[in-house]
Parts: sequence; structure tokens; C-alpha cells
Amino acid sequence: MSPRIIQIAANTFREAVRDRVLYNLIAFALLLSGAAIFVGQISIDIERLVVVDLGLTAVSLFGVVIAIFIGIGLVSKEIEKRTLYTVLSRPVRRWEFIVGKFFGLAGTLVVNTFFMAIGVFGALFYVAHKFSKPDALILVALYFIVLEFLIICSLALLFSSFSSPLLSAVFAFSLFVIGSFAEDLRGFAGLAHGVTRWFATAAAYLVPNFSALNVISAAAHEQPLSSQLILHNTLYALFYTAMALSGAVLIFERRNLK
Amino acid sequence: MAAIEILGLEKTYMVGFWRKRPKRALQPLHLTVEEGEIFGFLGPNGAGKTTTLKMLMGLVFPTSGTARILGHEWTDPEIKAQIGFLPEQPYFYDYLTAHELLDYYGQLSGVPAKDRKRRVEEVLQRVGLTDIQGVQLRKFSKGMLQRAGIAQAILHNPKLVFFDEPMSGLDPLGRREVRDLMEQLKQEGKTVFFSTHILSDAEALCDRVAIIYKGELRGVGAVEDLTSTVQGKVEVVWQGTQIPASMKALGAECHVTGDTVRAVLAENQQDAAIDALRREHIRLIAITPLRTSLEAYFVEKLQPSQAASAGKTVGTAV
Repeated sequence: MSPRIIQIAANTFREAVRDRVLYNLIAFALLLSGAAIFVGQISIDIERLVVVDLGLTAVSLFGVVIAIFIGIGLVSKEIEKRTLYTVLSRPVRRWEFIVGKFFGLAGTLVVNTFFMAIGVFGALFYVAHKFSKPDALILVALYFIVLEFLIICSLALLFSSFSSPLLSAVFAFSLFVIGSFAEDLRGFAGLAHGVTRWFATAAAYLVPNFSALNVISAAAHEQPLSSQLILHNTLYALFYTAMALSGAVLIFERRNLK
Repeated sequence: MAAIEILGLEKTYMVGFWRKRPKRALQPLHLTVEEGEIFGFLGPNGAGKTTTLKMLMGLVFPTSGTARILGHEWTDPEIKAQIGFLPEQPYFYDYLTAHELLDYYGQLSGVPAKDRKRRVEEVLQRVGLTDIQGVQLRKFSKGMLQRAGIAQAILHNPKLVFFDEPMSGLDPLGRREVRDLMEQLKQEGKTVFFSTHILSDAEALCDRVAIIYKGELRGVGAVEDLTSTVQGKVEVVWQGTQIPASMKALGAECHVTGDTVRAVLAENQQDAAIDALRREHIRLIAITPLRTSLEAYFVEKLQPSQAASAGKTVGTAV
């Protein structure tokens, strides 16, 4: 990887840290501690299920919000504030800038998720007093959540490369919501006829399939996850991310920075 | 070898709701800047100076035309390691300190790690930014940001430096320091290309200037040539506030400033003026031939109908 990509990524990460993005961890810790104590008091035999379900859902939602709100400003804010001028007037290719920004935001989310994961396992230990073998499924669920973040980061960057932050946020949130019901959309496409079927099928395969990456319920219910699913989801997320990033690069390479 | 060769760069934006109405920001521009000179790119606000600079930096794509920088195609990213650029009214990552910012830019420009810290200290000192350790840029004044901008432009010891309105936001002392810095850069053999609408800065600094107006190049020349035309008049300066009647009789236009009087009169009246001052026992300070100012040349190069309006936007501060 080009050293310039690493430097841009490191600066993006530093910006997130200095803008106190990681402060969300405090809210997350408070939510999870409260939930663990509360669940411990009212649930019988399902403490683990509730804590895992709630904890992983919170990890996902916190991360999605951060990915979208930082991602949508990654390029447009740099253009608006003209900070980009002194970067691109150096030997930095435009694609390196986009890729560096992506890795910086992805890195921020991975670090954020790491600390949240510690919180989830802490809460789990608080209610269950021990770890068991099925808890490893939580790690798989967390890995899929990180894959989900990669896709959202790349989509937010794609929108940020040509649109205003507000519109980018609307597009990214819409895709997140639709993508979360991608399996349902595919099911609907299978039942539809004619032009509707054609459109529904196209939409179902175009939007990111976040429902395939959501194994929170399976992890909570200790249902096994196949290694084939892990491989498929990894390849799918990497392919989708690469496509969205390529789109962002293609648009940004042609953009006049007025 | 020419430092910059602009070969017909042109920019037309499509404007309007459907982006169908063309608006020409820059007409085909042909310009050559030699190595080692300070070149002034002059024009009123909105003339096309910044558009030209942005095209040379690869921030805006030309509609047509090309350019060569230091003998290379201007689209070659590697050539940018030898270029410094200060944008107009620069804004930087305000969560960084000046040291962090320059370190980051040094990395992007390929300054070796072992030299970076020393270079950062050197340039900060050079632009007069001292005692700012640990202060984030969001706490910098406009003038300090401008200095940080100049520092980042010269950090990597570039051969060619582009400054877009470098005096903007600086106080008189700061402007003087930047002028000195630009002269030092020239002495170091670097080429300086700077845009400004402050003609006195250009007159004091530049070897050559180009005048651009409404996206069209109106004139190029050496400052010395443009301002050496003697107008057949002389300026006589003497001490005091007294204006002898005999001076007025010679047709002198007199202006009292503080305790000196400046009079402009025909060159052939010069000896008579000196005699008149002697008779009154007035102390003569200077007699100099009146030359065309850059401002006069600038105004002449603008369309007559626009000259008046340009006067409002073109500063002449010293």
C-alpha cells in the first residue's frame, strides 16, 4: 500500500479521535451496563440471549450512525473547507485520497467496535458469570458487523464524492434500511410478475444485502454458523465495498474542485 | 528551461439549472514563466487568476489546452513534489497543531523522516510562527493561518512556488516579511508565481507580470520596461509646507503631505523650479523623473469602460 494512503488514513483516524467520535463509547458503556443490571434482575434463564441481542444490535447501530455521519463529510467537507487543495497539490493521486479516507474511517470503526466488543463480553460475563463455547459466535457476529461497516463507509464515501452531506446522509440511511430487508425484497421479487419482478429483482441485487450479514439473532440463540457463510459474506462485502469505492474514485477523478 | 509553459489552457463552465449555458472563466491562455523569476499574475477579483492556478495544480480540469511545469507534463503527479502551493484564504485541518500539519504535509510530499522535524522547525521560524507548540490551528488568527499556509508551501524545498494572494490577511509587517521571503526564495534560485490584485506588491517584487481581466490575458512584460516610460514630467520634493507663488506660476501641481511638499511639473521647467526654491531658501529634498506606474499600465490594459470599476477593486496599499 502506498505510504500516502497510510498517512491519509492515519490523519482521518486522528480527526475522528480529536473530534471526540470515540466518546460514543461512553454512551455505549452506560447503555450496556444499565441493560446488564436491569436484565439480570428481570430475566430468568434468558439473560445471555437478551444481553447478546441488545449488545450486538447496539454495536451495529452505533457504528452505522458513525459510519454514515463521518463518511458523508469525508470528501464534501474537504472540498467545502478547501483543505483538499493543499493535499491534492502534492504528489497525491485522487484515488489515493479516497482509499486513504476509506481506510481511516474503517480503522476508526474497527477500533470503536473492538472497545464495544469488550463491553459486550463484559456485560455477558456479568450476567452469565462465565464464558462458554457458543460465545465464539459473538465474534463471528461482530466480524459481520465490521463487514457491514465497510460497505456503509464505502457507500457514504461514494455519495460524498458527488453530493451534499444532507443528501448523502439520506441516500446512505435509505440504503441501510432497504439493505436490512434485502432478503425480504428478494422474496418479494420471486413472487412478483412482469416489470415489477424485473425491477424488484434488480433492486434486490443492487442494494447491499445487510440482512445476510445480520447473524445477531443466531449468535444470541447459539445457532451454528457455517464457515461457508463466513467465506461468502466476506467475499460479498469485499466485492461490494470495492465496487462502491471504485465508483467514488471514478466520480472524484473527474470532479472540478471549484 | 521555462519553469511554466501554459499552452492554451482554457476553461468554460456550464452553468444554469440544466448546466447548458456556457460561461467562459478563462480564454485560451499562453504564458511562459522563466526559471528563477518572480512572476506576478495580476487582475481584479474574478479575473481568472485562481482558476488558472487551480488548473495548474490539477484541482480544476481545463476545457482544452495543456501546460508544462519544470519541463514535465503538468498532469504528472510526481512533478508536484517540486511544487509548493498556497491557496487563496487557506484553511487547514484545524484539529492539528502547525507542527502536526507540516509533518503530515511533509510526509505527503515525500520529505524523509530524518529531515522532517528539522524542516518543520526551519520553515515555522522562517514565516515567523514561533511559540505555537501545542496550539491547534483552530485557535490561529487569519494572519497566522496565512503564515502556516506559506510554511506548508515551502516546506519540501520546492523549485517552483505558487502563491495565490499571499498578502491576504496579513498586517503591514507581515506583508513586508512575506515580500522579503519571496525575494529570499528568488535568491535561492526558486521560481515564484504569485497572483495578486495589489499592484504595489507586484511592482516592488516582480521581475515580470501578466495582466488578466475577464479571463483574457491583456498584457505581459518586465516590470522595469512597463514602468520606465518617462512621461516628460518631474516630481520635485521640498521640506516645509510653503508653496512659493513662482512654483504655481510654472504650472506645478502641488500636494502638501506632513512637512513635505510634492510638486509635479514639466521636465523643461525643472531648472526654473530649482531657482524658485533657492530664492525662497527652501530645502530641496529630491527631483525625480516621473515614470509610468504599474497601476497606470494596469488600468490602460483594462477596457476603458471597465477602468473605473476596476479602480474600486484593485488595491494600491503599500
